[in-house]
Amino acid sequence: MSLLEIKNLHAGINGNDILKGINLEVNLGEVHAIMGPNGSGKSTLAGVIAGRNEYEIKLGQILYKNKDLSKMTPEERAREGIFLAFQYPVEIPGVTNLYFLKSAFNAIRKYRGLEEVDTLEFLSVVRNGAELVGLDESFLNRPVNEGFSGGEKKRNEVLQMAILQPTLSILDETDSGLDIDALKTIAEGVNKMHSDSNAIVIVTHYQRLLNYIMPDYVHVLIDGKIVKSGDKNLALVLEDKGYDWLKVQDAK
Amino acid sequence: MDEVKNILSNFIDREYKFGFYTEIEEETSPIGLNEEIIKWISAKKDEPEWILEWRLKAFRYWLSMKEPHWANVKYQPIDYQSIYYYSSPKRKERNGDSDGIDLELLRTYEKLGIPLQEREILAGVAVDAVFDSASVATTFKAKLKELGIIFCPISEAIRNYPDLVKQYLGSVVPANDNFFAALNSAVFSDGTFCYVPKGIKCPVELSTYFRINAAKLGQFERTLIIADEGAYVSYLEGCTAPMRDENQLHAAVVELVALDNAQIKYSTVQNWYPGDKEGRGGIYNFVTKRGKCLGKNSKISWTQIETGSAITWKYPSVLLIGDNSIGEFYSVAVVNNHQQADTGTKMIHLGNNTRSTIISKGISAGYGQNSYRGLVSIKKSAENARNFSRCDSLLIGNKCGAHTFPYIEVKNSTAKVEHEATTSKIGEDQIFYCQQRGLSIEDAVNMIVNGFCKEVIKNLPMEFAVEAQKLLGVSLEGSVG
Repeated sequence: MSLLEIKNLHAGINGNDILKGINLEVNLGEVHAIMGPNGSGKSTLAGVIAGRNEYEIKLGQILYKNKDLSKMTPEERAREGIFLAFQYPVEIPGVTNLYFLKSAFNAIRKYRGLEEVDTLEFLSVVRNGAELVGLDESFLNRPVNEGFSGGEKKRNEVLQMAILQPTLSILDETDSGLDIDALKTIAEGVNKMHSDSNAIVIVTHYQRLLNYIMPDYVHVLIDGKIVKSGDKNLALVLEDKGYDWLKVQDAK
Repeated sequence: MDEVKNILSNFIDREYKFGFYTEIEEETSPIGLNEEIIKWISAKKDEPEWILEWRLKAFRYWLSMKEPHWANVKYQPIDYQSIYYYSSPKRKERNGDSDGIDLELLRTYEKLGIPLQEREILAGVAVDAVFDSASVATTFKAKLKELGIIFCPISEAIRNYPDLVKQYLGSVVPANDNFFAALNSAVFSDGTFCYVPKGIKCPVELSTYFRINAAKLGQFERTLIIADEGAYVSYLEGCTAPMRDENQLHAAVVELVALDNAQIKYSTVQNWYPGDKEGRGGIYNFVTKRGKCLGKNSKISWTQIETGSAITWKYPSVLLIGDNSIGEFYSVAVVNNHQQADTGTKMIHLGNNTRSTIISKGISAGYGQNSYRGLVSIKKSAENARNFSRCDSLLIGNKCGAHTFPYIEVKNSTAKVEHEATTSKIGEDQIFYCQQRGLSIEDAVNMIVNGFCKEVIKNLPMEFAVEAQKLLGVSLEGSVG
């Protein structure tokens, strides 16, 4: 059984078709990269999997652990182990990062029939995570994403991922806005978290993150369709040749 | 997308948990208002002659005044002759703390979460319980008396401490201050009187729990708190009422006086019945609250969580007379369904080096209209006065409104006055972000709202802060799923 199976997925927003027949299979232990030019539908795909409700599924199916995702609320998907690292993490003024993370952690534990943890226990969990992504402890008491730099926001996303330990992580443009040092730290963090019991889908424009997180598969998304799939070498070809040669091929 | 929009814009089926009615025999004045009724009330309370004169004088002021309509609220005209001005439970003569309280009343307060029996009273909190027009129980009274602290119903203070009452009653809010204050001065029933003597820090939280029970009754409580030199007191009031289709009037007056180096912290959790989702019924809450920082280095701090009432009209204010005195106003006002609130503060700087802080958080949902109205006035006599004001509004849905009316008057060039204001909407993005981390929509909205109000809630006494957070949660119930 595959972890995630997308079959002939057509989806859009406000009546516009964005995804026009996606097929994708992700198994435990795998890292997939989805690449493509601006506006090709990469973020839409990530949003549809996470359950962002402005998107409408018109045709096709998404199965996660053999369950139909379209029948699950976004929070149920999260509690079942789907994690989306946001391209634009959202600010929540007045709510500390620590409180937010603990609430999320406990909501997921409760769903899984585990006992909720208190602040003290949670602090030790969160400290390990903060170290992993190179974040200072003081930021735990700052409001969620408020006043964070671009880099801090992205690190915070990966910290949340480390703490919530999802089965399927989708990193949406996590590399954008990061300097090379931050990129390396985050990539190292993600690599440490990756194991045979989870899977990662990286959505990105550029190949550079893939220097640090090695994908097993690379898919090229253009105009709502996966036009080419390959191994990590495909990313290098894209870096070299761009996307235009694939667009031409697609036109034929 | 529609789902979240519906969820956020329809604050429907909000549950009001305190809407029950207590079957109890009450003694009620004849309906309507005239000098005979005032004499009836005064006689019922066994009052001395001077207070009756005071009431009648206020009544004559009131007759010459017009109901104010400058606030940003709309309501049907109030017929002052179709209101009962006094109603109190029939009971045995009270002596001591909880003796002689009707069992029905004890049960009522238990249901409201306020135990009045001595062995169960809340740890660290003294309670005065006002039911309709009368105080029915005051806990901790004897213990406070040992410290010289007077904490009793105001009707009792009029009889037992006439000199203090004469000196301070109406000294902050004069009987002719405004239409509703004049009405209150004429017909006021119970409320709390508190005097903390020189140098005493009151060791417990003092609180009054106001309950309106009878139909067509107006509640007109009067509270007077005096902190003598170097004294400290923290006071909290809570309010609830049954659910009814008609509107009921609540017009209170609260006066605070802080002498040299004294501090008064006054907190309100106002949860009067807000009316149903169509806007039927609910309390008209027209309240005058004012504090006087009379002494140097004195401090008065107002914190209010306003979630109830169909209409709220209140501006807890501070007169900063003593040099170096401090006035603070922290407010959360929530309007939902068809509720309207016009609330804020006045900070009047008269003394040198006086400072004031205003933090106002307005939350509007459903068809609710929320207005902040505030005046910062620096008089000519006030050298080096400082004010900082911040008004933030949070909108939930597309049919509600937030309005800000800040007035600033500066007559002394050494003053520094700052004003900040923001308006934001609970975004679908914020909610989705929380959901994606495993939180339900309801928990997400709760978290966002509580984060928004945090600066205010942290000023409440600890145990009430928790209650206030829950209350904000209840206010959002039904809106989210």
